Amino acid sequence: MIDLMARCLPLIRHRVLLVGLVAGLLAAAPAYAEQLNVAVAANFFGTLQKLAPKYQQANGNELLISSGSSGQFYTQIREGAPFDVLLSADTDRPKQLEAEGLTVPGSRFTYATGTLVLWSPKADVVDRDGKILRSGGYRMIGIAEPRNAPYGAAAQQVLTALGLWDKLHQDRKLAVGENINQAWQFAATGNVDVAFVALSQVSTDGVITGSSWLPPQSMYTPIDQDAVILARTSKRATAESFLNWLRKDPQAIATIKAAGYHVGQ
Amino acid sequence: MSAGFYSPDDLVALWISLKLASTTAVLLLLLCTPLAWWLAMTRSRLRVLGEAMTALPLVLPPTVLGFYLLLFLGPHGWGGRLMLRLGMQPLAFSFGGLVVGSMLYSLPFVIQPLQGAFQGVGVRALEVAATLRASPLDRFFTVAVPLARRGFITGSVLAFAHTLGEFGVVLMLGGNIPGRTQTASIAIFNHVEAFDYAAAQRLSATLLLACFALLLLVYGANRRAGAIAAHP
Amino acid sequence: MSLALELVWSRPDFQLAATCEFPDSGISALFGRSGVGKTTLLRCIAGLERAPRGSVRFNGDLWQDEHHFMPPHQRPVGYVFQESSLFAHLDARGNLEYGLRRVPVARRRISFDQAVQLMGLESLLARRTGELSGGQRQRVAIARALLTSPQLLLLDEPLSSLDLPSRAEILPHLERLHDELSIPIVYVSHEISEVMRIADHIALLESGSVRAAGPIHDLLTRPDLPLAHLEEAGSIFEGIIAQHDERYHLSYVSVAGGKLAISQRAAPIGQRVRVRIDARDVSLALEPAEHSSITNILPGRVIDVTEDRDPAQRLVRVDVGGCPLLSRITLRSVAQLGIAPGIELYAQVKSVALME
Repeated sequence: MIDLMARCLPLIRHRVLLVGLVAGLLAAAPAYAEQLNVAVAANFFGTLQKLAPKYQQANGNELLISSGSSGQFYTQIREGAPFDVLLSADTDRPKQLEAEGLTVPGSRFTYATGTLVLWSPKADVVDRDGKILRSGGYRMIGIAEPRNAPYGAAAQQVLTALGLWDKLHQDRKLAVGENINQAWQFAATGNVDVAFVALSQVSTDGVITGSSWLPPQSMYTPIDQDAVILARTSKRATAESFLNWLRKDPQAIATIKAAGYHVGQ
Repeated sequence: MSAGFYSPDDLVALWISLKLASTTAVLLLLLCTPLAWWLAMTRSRLRVLGEAMTALPLVLPPTVLGFYLLLFLGPHGWGGRLMLRLGMQPLAFSFGGLVVGSMLYSLPFVIQPLQGAFQGVGVRALEVAATLRASPLDRFFTVAVPLARRGFITGSVLAFAHTLGEFGVVLMLGGNIPGRTQTASIAIFNHVEAFDYAAAQRLSATLLLACFALLLLVYGANRRAGAIAAHP
Repeated sequence: MSLALELVWSRPDFQLAATCEFPDSGISALFGRSGVGKTTLLRCIAGLERAPRGSVRFNGDLWQDEHHFMPPHQRPVGYVFQESSLFAHLDARGNLEYGLRRVPVARRRISFDQAVQLMGLESLLARRTGELSGGQRQRVAIARALLTSPQLLLLDEPLSSLDLPSRAEILPHLERLHDELSIPIVYVSHEISEVMRIADHIALLESGSVRAAGPIHDLLTRPDLPLAHLEEAGSIFEGIIAQHDERYHLSYVSVAGGKLAISQRAAPIGQRVRVRIDARDVSLALEPAEHSSITNILPGRVIDVTEDRDPAQRLVRVDVGGCPLLSRITLRSVAQLGIAPGIELYAQVKSVALME
């Protein structure tokens, strides 16, 4: 091939142009592009959708994103789902998968930590210190189901620390949504006055809509979200490169933070 | 990300939905025609059992159905292990698995109209055909099938439309993998979860219009078929 | 004898024990009250039902016995149902061609045009079944059955679902069947007038068994059978149109034992006809009446005298030229005239019905 080109070269007038064209083509052609099957928790789906093109630009590999609930993914992975990487909404499921030998040992790490926020879509409802909770200026509070959702468990912890949990429970002032999205919907539609939601749901680039209170981190167990490489994968190197990028790349970290998560300890 | 009205992923999801719905409808017609015929014509006591079993997917929550199918078709279940023994991949998380799930999920929508239509044919027409030298298979194709045309139309279109809207089964069994098992209905859900209501509405409106057009087709065709059958 | 059957069927609601043979030509009527099993018997012949015990043989072929059952689509039988049962998804022509197409060309003995012409269907071929009247539908059904070139034609009360005008429309076609086809026909009916009009042979079904079977002229007049005791009881005579009398607008039919005058008909001389004489229209006289308005007088000899339903009446069977004639007269007349078997007398027929 090369000596064919060598023989043609003298015949072609705009040699420089041709060489430049070929060089450009070779440079632009990506290194062999792989597709990575990523299972991501619903709450991080939007953020991952923003991260995917950045990763593709940096690395050339494409992310096939499947969104769902962590519980659903856990069942599916046990039944042989063809995912390469799991970005869970909690730490329990990745730990369980690890214990069952379904993950690549040592690949688990916390890729984001969620922040709990008490929120109302309307301005001037929730004060910056959260006094509204004690003053009782609300009919109902929305939370996610504490048994299923880490944000729900965190909300319960906060309310318990404030000594309000039992009373709210008795007075039936708690609207419990199946997941964090439902809790958010309760507040967004006005069915409840305030709700404990994820900061990532109500902030964009650091700006929080409506009115809100951020409970101190000390009041609840950190809502760590763990990522893990699944043992089934045939693209281990690519998976590792993706998780490394997620963990360390400044652009990635900035995007995750902007979406309302903490990164790193 | 958006190329025109729909994003490329949405187009792929629509294509998967259409492929799934049409494959399911065709396969169900093939499978359910003899089954519905038997249910319509038999006088055996097994008929009640058969009718209950084919109506079961109607009352099962789709996620339950999806869950059981996942266990069955996954590598640990009978279905999956059979596939492995035959040297093939288990059906879970593949388009083939979705077809199996959709067939089960939409089964009653094909069996019931077909069975009703076959019962409407009546024994008399078949007896007449027998006295006119038609063998049992001949009678089936030249008398029963034309007279039961309404059932075929209704059944196939219902299977198609019902499968288009399927969610729980496909999600559990398919794993929501773009380009492989992500159907339009799941894509809509994803958009809602990601607060991209505009995209969700575009896709939803498309599905809605498609289903509505199909239903118009059913009722239109039924009306014509009914006009012919009205004068025995 | 071409069709022989012996069928036993025992159900809680229904008993059938019929042994019977049918001749290999002409119309054989299967007659009895509703519910007695006539249709079931016919369906067994066709193979649409299977009696648990018994046999059906046709022209030496075993169609059914305890171990063997030939399914209906293999039996060379044409069947006309009570309600025409035309295929709704085909037009008249489609219906007619349905059976024809399933008979190999070599075995077809009736052509499409022949059947259409026989039943007068020329103008109806393109009509959909919903556009046909009841009588028209039955005619199509009969032609459709004929087009399978059957060796045996079965008709299950083909007229009972029709109104009188439709029946009148079809009967002539049935008579033509009788005249123009050489295949045997079994005709189920509970109407004696239909049977009298077209049947040659009759099997009387009573309580699930065949009480009697034989030529129609015999069975109609046999005093031991219920037929002779019906309200409409009478005799059948086969005759030939002998002459026409233009002056008095009469036609004469030559029958065994004499001539009968009827109102003039357009039928040609020599045409074979059937006449029916009701028993109540026959009076008896020891001497031929001379100054009487009755012109139809046939000489004969008394065969027997039997009781009728009404104790005041008696049935007298008279042999007229070898054929039986039934007369219903009062007991008093029998006594006064001394009517007894062997006596020669004259039968005076007040009214003759030409079966047309």
